[in-house]
Amino acid sequence: MRNTVPRRLELFRTMWRIRAFEEEALDAHRAQEIAGPLHVSIGQEAVSAGLCINLETADRLTSNHRGHGHVLAKGADPKRMLAELYGRADGYCGGKGGSMHIADFSVGMLGANGVVAGGIPIAVGAAQGLKLLGEKALVVCIFGDGAVNRGPFLEGFNWAALFRLPVLFVCEDNGVAAFTQTATMTAGPGIVARAQSMGVEGRSVDGNDVVAVDEAVAELVEAIRATGEPRFLHAQTYRLMGHTSTDAAAWRSQEEVQSARQSEPIGRLRALLLEEGCSERDLDGIERAARQEMQEARRFAQAAPWPLPEDAFSDVQDIGAEAWRR
Amino acid sequence: MAQVEADARAVEAASVSFVEAARLAALQEMRRDHRVWVLGEDVARGGLFGQYGGFLDEFGPDRICSTPISESTIMGAGLGAALVGTRPIIEMRIFDFAMCAMDELVNQIAKIRYMFGGQAKPAVVVRMPFGIWRNSAAQHSQMLEAWFAHLPGVIVATPSTPQDEAGLLVSAIRCDDPVIMFEPKLLFTDKAPVADPIEPIPFGEASHLRHGNHLTIVTWSSMVPRCREAAEELQAKGVEADLIDLRTIWPWDRFAVCNSVARTRRLLVVHEAVSAAGFGAEIVAHVTETLGPGALRAVRRLGAPRVPVPFSPAIESEITISRDRIVQVALDVAGKAAA
Ligand SMILES: Cc1ncc(C[n+]2csc(CCOP(=O)(O)OP(=O)(O)O)c2C)c(N)n1
Repeated sequence: MRNTVPRRLELFRTMWRIRAFEEEALDAHRAQEIAGPLHVSIGQEAVSAGLCINLETADRLTSNHRGHGHVLAKGADPKRMLAELYGRADGYCGGKGGSMHIADFSVGMLGANGVVAGGIPIAVGAAQGLKLLGEKALVVCIFGDGAVNRGPFLEGFNWAALFRLPVLFVCEDNGVAAFTQTATMTAGPGIVARAQSMGVEGRSVDGNDVVAVDEAVAELVEAIRATGEPRFLHAQTYRLMGHTSTDAAAWRSQEEVQSARQSEPIGRLRALLLEEGCSERDLDGIERAARQEMQEARRFAQAAPWPLPEDAFSDVQDIGAEAWRR
Repeated sequence: MAQVEADARAVEAASVSFVEAARLAALQEMRRDHRVWVLGEDVARGGLFGQYGGFLDEFGPDRICSTPISESTIMGAGLGAALVGTRPIIEMRIFDFAMCAMDELVNQIAKIRYMFGGQAKPAVVVRMPFGIWRNSAAQHSQMLEAWFAHLPGVIVATPSTPQDEAGLLVSAIRCDDPVIMFEPKLLFTDKAPVADPIEPIPFGEASHLRHGNHLTIVTWSSMVPRCREAAEELQAKGVEADLIDLRTIWPWDRFAVCNSVARTRRLLVVHEAVSAAGFGAEIVAHVTETLGPGALRAVRRLGAPRVPVPFSPAIESEITISRDRIVQVALDVAGKAAA
């Protein structure tokens, strides 16, 4: 089932939807239609696509500050995602969260997080809760390479191994944490070794090769479903853009970025699909459809209403919120 | 005479931004004392806001130390380094991430001197850029300075101008107590002259920005410029406000506030943070206790409603305090209906 052209076309389509979503968002940010910081994951689409194609809706996911791709691949509606980036009432969080805090519980997406490593203990607890309820679903937790030096990484991995929880930890390793090369900040024989030292089996994969990601995830997910134990995937990729949309990434060399473009995941899969007999026209059609979908999503977001002033005061808490409104 | 000279120099000095003023202060102190050093994420690259630009070239990576994203260890290691006689500046990048290092700050730094009977000298400066800025949502916008005023063992600085930021940072670096510097992101690009050399500003001395008899407005940090504008508008409406910028909320200048309120008998406290259980409550309580409830003819606190900071510009503006709100509430406190 896995090594088929239709499956690869689906991966191709998912990657294009993510790319088109983020390019549309970047454009909207430049046009000052979106406020605040925006972290895009252009170049990293293979991780989201290869991961989520192996998940069921009931499987849960926690994500980080660079999570548009994760959320979209998990099945969220790009219209409501973009509306959230716009701060509109029809956005997933009614405009309260913005880019860094998108959640869609209806598709198992338990939320992006503005605090580095913040999602790790949450994912572990979600898995513990599912186990308690006797539910078969597993939990996936995506974090960046910068997160591995925070305490919650160590505590969460140890915990998941200790209590034998069905968690797939995924480190989306783009080589940098904000503006710093992670290699200069992370000691020891590597992150897979770290995971293993805490009792979580793991492996590395070329995170720009979506077929390889798909295969690795399938294997790990199968192992988790069979044993109920955690696993770890280390996916090496590259962030083609700066840390935020206002960071021109002048701190790294253009040669580096140019050479990285050669191995970005969408072009790579396209080349493979052409070799396998797909036509240029069909592949271009997938790109075009994705762009159209996201342009429509943008029109939806632009037309969506702003939250009302009183919406600022809703959803704080059930009891005791009224008394101190003003 | 010395004051006049200092003022003349300040006027001559070029205007610099809030961030640049802090950079100059840290630079001056690191040149003066080789034990002063900085640790935090991305600091060797100049810091998130450029507050350490050029430091790497001058001081090298041992004194401007970029760290992993490890907030608890940044905070705890700063303490450890202070215990052996260095004077660390702990950079928290953005205040909200200090939440990841609360144990180190609250259970260790703030208590260690007391618990060990005075043997420990936790001479750290913790720099915390804080507050609302650019629609950054609930995890990047918090103003929880009141928590720290509540915490025995620490000094809490809340400057509002480049000169005050610089002077308080110099004091903080020279001080043997732990000092938490709350730096308002909202004012980071504000410019004003800063004297050279930068003289330390004592903690607990407010600056008296305007003199008036109709009401006392007490404020600090990001709300200072808005209160200034409000006071100007009030003047145009015939209301003279006595305007006090506390500059530090622990210790805070009780005398300046009580003296003023004893005269005006009307008090308004304005802060960007949530009003409920905010530091304004402490000020009102202290003034009432000191002057007696009969001394006050009107009292109000103006702060944010008790909600997290939302992302959407449409509702973020709803919970921020505008100049118009300040004017409106001040008129009320002064006993005049809005014109
Ligand atoms: C606890 C915490 N510390 C610092 C930050 C500021 N910050 C946001 S993203 C980031 C870099 C994270 O690196 P990584 O996880 O590798 O993700 P990347 O942005 O490189 O994709 C930092 C330091 C934060 N959000 N949370």
